[in-house]
Amino acid sequence: MSAAATAISLSLSTIAKTSNPRSPEQLVDGLLRARGIEASSPLSTLAMVAALLAIAFIVVNCAAIAAGIFSWLERRIAARMQSRVGPNRVGPAGFFQWIADAVKLLLKEDLIPEGANVHLFRAAPYFMMVGFACTFVALPFSHALIAADLGVGVFYLLAVTAFVVVGVLASGWSSNSKWSLFGSIRSAAQIVSYEIPAGMALLVPVLLAGTLSTQGIIRAQGGWPWQWFVFHDPAALAAFFIYFISALAEGNRAPFDLPEAESELVAGYNTEYSGMRFSYFFLVEWGNMWVMSALATSVFLGGWQLPGLDAARFDALTGGAAIGLEIVSLALFALKTMSLVFVIMWLRWTLPRLRVDQLMSLCWKYLVPVSFAGALFVAGWMLVVRAAPVLDLLMRGALTALGALVVTLFVRRTLSNVRDVGDRLDVRGNW
Amino acid sequence: MSAPGTDPSATMTSGKEVLKRIEYSGEMLVNMGPQHPSTHGVINFLVQTDGEEMTRAIPEVGYLHRSIEKIGERCEYAGFMPYTDRVDYIAAMFANQGWAMACERLFAIEVPKRAEYCRVIACELNRIASHLISVGTMAMDVGAVTPFPYALREREFINDLLEELCGARLTYNYLRIGGVAFDLPDGYSERVLRFVDHFEKVLVEFDRLITQNRIFVERLRGLGVISRALAIDHCLVGPNLRASGVDWDLRRDLPYSAYPDFEFAVPVGTGAVGKTGDAWDRFWVRTREMQESCRIVRQALQKLPEGPVMAKVPRRLKAPEGTDAFSRIESARGDMQYYVVAGPGEMAHRLKIRTGSFNAMGIIEKLSRGIMLADLVALIASLDVVAPEIDR
Amino acid sequence: MNAAEIHARLSELLGARAGTLSAANKDEAALIAPRDLLEVCRALKTDDALAFDALMNLGCVDWPGKSEIELVLHLFSYARRHGFVLKCRLDRAQPRVASVVPIWSSAEWLEREQFDLFGVVFEGNPDLRRLLMPDDWIGFPLRKDYEEPESWHGISTVRESPLDGFVRLDELKKKLAASRAETVKAADAPKPDGAP
Repeated sequence: MSAAATAISLSLSTIAKTSNPRSPEQLVDGLLRARGIEASSPLSTLAMVAALLAIAFIVVNCAAIAAGIFSWLERRIAARMQSRVGPNRVGPAGFFQWIADAVKLLLKEDLIPEGANVHLFRAAPYFMMVGFACTFVALPFSHALIAADLGVGVFYLLAVTAFVVVGVLASGWSSNSKWSLFGSIRSAAQIVSYEIPAGMALLVPVLLAGTLSTQGIIRAQGGWPWQWFVFHDPAALAAFFIYFISALAEGNRAPFDLPEAESELVAGYNTEYSGMRFSYFFLVEWGNMWVMSALATSVFLGGWQLPGLDAARFDALTGGAAIGLEIVSLALFALKTMSLVFVIMWLRWTLPRLRVDQLMSLCWKYLVPVSFAGALFVAGWMLVVRAAPVLDLLMRGALTALGALVVTLFVRRTLSNVRDVGDRLDVRGNW
Repeated sequence: MSAPGTDPSATMTSGKEVLKRIEYSGEMLVNMGPQHPSTHGVINFLVQTDGEEMTRAIPEVGYLHRSIEKIGERCEYAGFMPYTDRVDYIAAMFANQGWAMACERLFAIEVPKRAEYCRVIACELNRIASHLISVGTMAMDVGAVTPFPYALREREFINDLLEELCGARLTYNYLRIGGVAFDLPDGYSERVLRFVDHFEKVLVEFDRLITQNRIFVERLRGLGVISRALAIDHCLVGPNLRASGVDWDLRRDLPYSAYPDFEFAVPVGTGAVGKTGDAWDRFWVRTREMQESCRIVRQALQKLPEGPVMAKVPRRLKAPEGTDAFSRIESARGDMQYYVVAGPGEMAHRLKIRTGSFNAMGIIEKLSRGIMLADLVALIASLDVVAPEIDR
Repeated sequence: MNAAEIHARLSELLGARAGTLSAANKDEAALIAPRDLLEVCRALKTDDALAFDALMNLGCVDWPGKSEIELVLHLFSYARRHGFVLKCRLDRAQPRVASVVPIWSSAEWLEREQFDLFGVVFEGNPDLRRLLMPDDWIGFPLRKDYEEPESWHGISTVRESPLDGFVRLDELKKKLAASRAETVKAADAPKPDGAP
């Protein structure tokens, strides 16, 4: 226990040191100063409010557009996996299908069932939207692109994602439908349970980086895979998978999609919704995929870190090189996140669904104890590494090699499966 | 109106009373159906539940009752054939065959050998199609969405083949009393063989995708275990019976049509992952039966004899009034039985169809006691009940 | 065992109550008295040589001319691999017979169905309700003298023919052509007032 306590106190002392010089307030402040307006003048306050509103607008739209694009992506990917075509009429490869759908849903009648608690029924989708859009505030996108690099970033993200459960419960209860109630109760039980392993798994990178800030955790990693936290030690590797599984469960994604299990509960908590309110639920579900993947990328997979470019040197860059590398880092971050999103979709269209008791026993009997043990292990390992830094390098190297081996074996197995059934690999056709 | 002295309310417990009994017990009553994604047709289950764990589910059937038996009494023997398609529209070929065989027994008609082979080929293809729907929807009910389109993709090929044979993709009306409507078209064997070659590989892929999937196995092992004795007592038939460990297949044990000519295995549930007769066994038996059907189709195409496909059938089919005939065939959902009593004219006096789903439905209430809500869905799917077959 | 042997064995067990074996055209059936049904069934199930462990089919046949409803039971033995048919004739005005549910569970739904469609009361069936028809339906549809009610809860049981008011396309064309010819003729006809 003392090892953990030492490690935690070490981390806390470094939290104070990390700060980002490029937060939006400072940006606005700088702009005003350049025009000779003092920070204390009423105009400055007004400008600050306007800037915040603008940022909020951008953030909410970012979230909505990301969710919309994922709706298209998921349908295309699902179609490929099921040897179907999928939406391919609106725009190139059907890309604008999500806009067409949004327009359709906007124009649909907003039905409220008789006997429903009208106000709660109307409000529930907004609870979910708020909980979901708030996460985008503390999510990094690239080296400089972040709405607000909060000192309590990870903690904040965990807190606001839990807000979604209020919306789920409210929608299920207010619908006055038994199927909705089943769905919402399942969802509440599931989200609350899986918060614990998710939180404990996120404690591992927080310990390693010594900060709760998402940018700070990314900065503590490096560009190469062996510098990522996921390959830092076995407990961190386990923590990555625990976080990923818990995030799936929190986001109601298969194989944990019990709250909206269409074969059991018709549609779960959103059974009675229609039109735009219905689409909010799905917006949140798809948007959540970005949130969970981006968080996993930030804290475990090195975030936007470019291989061979130190974060400090990145900060020092100016001019065209800085802007160019900024874009590259954005692309790299998006690429990593999208691969995780793809994995989430892949799982959804492959795996059957768990039963409620299996879901709960997985959480409480396996994930929770393992995540606690993992956090302790990491704390001890940090002390060991301080005494013998060469062990750190060996462990990172070994785990990265293991990861590469697993990926190679998986690809070989897949190819042999494809050969066995007399099929061929076709990634280009059918678009 | 009915005969006097038979007032139904005097002797029966009305459905409303059953409902009251449940509501007064203080538990939640959920109507699962008649419109529910996984009731496989229009069936209602009155689910008496205490949260996720349910006390029992009471099946309420009859939403698809079209009184096909009454229709059978009002049209001529040959004219009833298209109606039999609607008895089980997922495996219509078997319903055709049951009726054809009942009438052939009634009128003592000998079916030509080639016609029997055509029937076997059509029926076995239809069996594969029906089982594909069954295993696909079962996987979907357990939450795996992808196996379903895989299964339906293969079923489309079969639909194409059967369309080529008889012009219809769902309600075939292919069989006739005394033979079949059309001979196999030119080059049909090659096309069927090409499909069978392809399909056997797909079955391997399907097994890898879902049959051995860890979550799938965990969901289904030990669920809805039907012991050998219970299965026979409830007269379960077909794959449901075989999954319970009863080594019985009409095609082998009471051979009819051309089945004695073929060699095939009868898969029997062994409890490979849980107990014998659990939901996984029923799933597994169906996947293996598709393999065996492929074998039968291959052999039938190899041994296909020449000759006519229709027997000489009198223009007016008539039997002495009161003569009865009984036919049993192994349909995709098991032992399908037609009991026909000849009427005075060219119509049947009475027709009774006993189908596999009807008996399977009768056992659900017993099996549903104390299982989880999510398991009920898997249980219904594993018994492969098809609503039109229950209600007729 | 074939039907004659089975019946012989049954007569050995029950004497005259085993009924008479009819030489029916297709399947030989034993015709027994309704009051003996339960006992005969029990003997068929429990006797080791007979061992009829499954009730395959249970159906009724309505004979209004003879004023009787014939109950037909198709039995099968998985243990001995033979089948047998039992028949008994019930009074059409008061069709009552003991339920065989205590012997074969599969009878429960089969009897419910026959109760629903023929009004045969199976005494001892634990859940004798209508199965296929609505609970408050009046009458037994598969009886020969059944007349369908015109409506049920205000829902008409008769549907208008969707073809009413429609005209066949060729007839419509003929009609149109005729009317066109009429118009042309009218236009060609000389105007009475001599206007252009």
